[in-house]
Amino acid sequence: MNPVQTASRIPLDDYAAVIGAGELEELRALAKPLQGRSVEMVNSTAVGGGVAEILNRFVPLAEELGLRIRWDVMTGGEDFFAVTKSFHNALHGEPYHPDPRDFDVFRAYTDLNLRRLSLDSEFVVIHDPQPAGLIAARKNSSAHWIWRCHIDLSHPDRAVWDFLEPFVSKYDGAIFSSPEFARQLSIPQYLFHPAIDPLSEKNRELPPEFIADVLPRYQIDPLRPILTQISRFDRLKDPVGVIRAYRIVKRYLDCQLVLAGGSASDDPEGAEVLKEVQHAAAGDPDIKVLELPAWAPLEVNALQRASTIVIQKSLREGFGLTVSEALWKKKPVVASAVGGIPTQVIHKHTGLLAHSVEGTAYQVRFLLSHPEIAARLGERGHAHVKENFLITQKLKRYLTLFLMLAGNSGG
Amino acid sequence: MQLNGTRFEFFTVAYLTRIGNLSAGTLAELLAGLEQCSDASIFHHTFQTLSSHHFLTEGFSNDFAQWVLADANRDALAEQLAALDIRDYPSIAALREDLCRVVRAFCEEHPEFARQSALERFYFCESVEVNVPFGFAAANLDEFRDGISRLSHASFFFHFISSRLRLHLRTNDFSHWLANGLGLMPLADNINRIDIYTNTLDSARAKLLRLLDRERRKHEPGADR
Repeated sequence: MNPVQTASRIPLDDYAAVIGAGELEELRALAKPLQGRSVEMVNSTAVGGGVAEILNRFVPLAEELGLRIRWDVMTGGEDFFAVTKSFHNALHGEPYHPDPRDFDVFRAYTDLNLRRLSLDSEFVVIHDPQPAGLIAARKNSSAHWIWRCHIDLSHPDRAVWDFLEPFVSKYDGAIFSSPEFARQLSIPQYLFHPAIDPLSEKNRELPPEFIADVLPRYQIDPLRPILTQISRFDRLKDPVGVIRAYRIVKRYLDCQLVLAGGSASDDPEGAEVLKEVQHAAAGDPDIKVLELPAWAPLEVNALQRASTIVIQKSLREGFGLTVSEALWKKKPVVASAVGGIPTQVIHKHTGLLAHSVEGTAYQVRFLLSHPEIAARLGERGHAHVKENFLITQKLKRYLTLFLMLAGNSGG
Repeated sequence: MQLNGTRFEFFTVAYLTRIGNLSAGTLAELLAGLEQCSDASIFHHTFQTLSSHHFLTEGFSNDFAQWVLADANRDALAEQLAALDIRDYPSIAALREDLCRVVRAFCEEHPEFARQSALERFYFCESVEVNVPFGFAAANLDEFRDGISRLSHASFFFHFISSRLRLHLRTNDFSHWLANGLGLMPLADNINRIDIYTNTLDSARAKLLRLLDRERRKHEPGADR
């Protein structure tokens, strides 16, 4: 079984310019006792999805720090992924009608992968529910097994959770993205915030001329205030609510609104929401509804950097990393106080929180009228992301976890 | 830990955040949580959060005060909690006692607010500390300055602020070593007076380096002429 070959290799030293030499030296100091120790990351896909994107960048950095790290992907047929997709939705609290055959499919593919994968590393990190059953490989070994859950488990479907819980409880610990997403478990639970890569195409610095080239492509006027929400066309992101808030702002102040998201062509619900958004925006040339191909990272980056204010008016949210992306670019953010957003937007410190369309409009008007406060929030937001939500922090958390599991805990 | 003969050994520290089983949706529940949670939890929401939010130099002090302000909407109580200065506490027990005293007094005075639901719940977490040697040490003022300029934020905070809990003194590792290792009492005192609440870790370190430079100039050949 060949591990996944990572596509992206940005040398660790390149991050010194972003985080500082002291922080980099600290990573090396933390990694020193772990030199040559083996780590295995396992998830269910090598391409697409947030976990694969993170591992693609994380694995080479960990390798450069001297860990013997490999990334394996579990295989499964369409039937397996149909079952795990329904599990995923059920764990998020959506209705699910248990079929005992679903559990048989899950067990069968778990057994198949137990025969395929080596799973003999000192530290094994299993990502999400699909490969959770691989804990059976642990048997009596002294290896440390961690379950990294990237989804919200606060209101899971009972039947699916009752099936998964016996697997999860055999791990040495579980990692969640927010305390709200965790459950009462018999094993320790840790908090790892998701993170952005400051050197990725979506977040790296861009030449001003590139940004200036992107705006005319979408008939965006660089000389007037630009309000932007970057998110897929999903009702939970409330794009129509953003248009309503913009219309209130527009009564007082001239501005444009950009709603940009990935293509909705392969997502029936997304296509429906896109139509609703286009309908709500009809007749106003200052509202730009943009369907970007495969998220076009450089264009998203340029749109965020060109924005006067970035909005994230979600009704429900996981962590909402688009907020960190905007803060990283020193943008003032107005966002809903849901999910992981208040962790990123500390009200009146790193951005402004709102709880309604009217509240969103009010905060946007306030910031448009007080550019010096907006700039200060943007500066602090950048510092907050630098300190807490960069991939180098994620690396530090994993090193700390491995050190603790290996018995290097100091307190 | 840093006094090794007369050498100052620099350490770095990293924290894992462990999610606890306690949460609070009202001020009364916050008080119950404060009374029951572990010392590592009090540390996490006060010392550790100040380190990870060091760039906020206006009005951010600890997680309890921020939650009371933003979610429970009680400005006066938030102000009292924010005013508790962690540098005054050489033990977590003493800090917990004051946190409880302030919240209890407010709940007794305003029972109508004590059971009012907050916008979002407060989740008690705790810090699990891992520390490792940074790999360098100092035996004199020049090496000490060099070491401090190379530290990460976490390491600087570890030696400068949370060291109080280890030393059980109202001082920090740097001042402790300068006073006891090099006999530089006035310098140690000046360093201990740098205000971490109105400085970021970077500006606090810059002030500390300036104080060290001033001291080093005093010891340069011919400085006493």
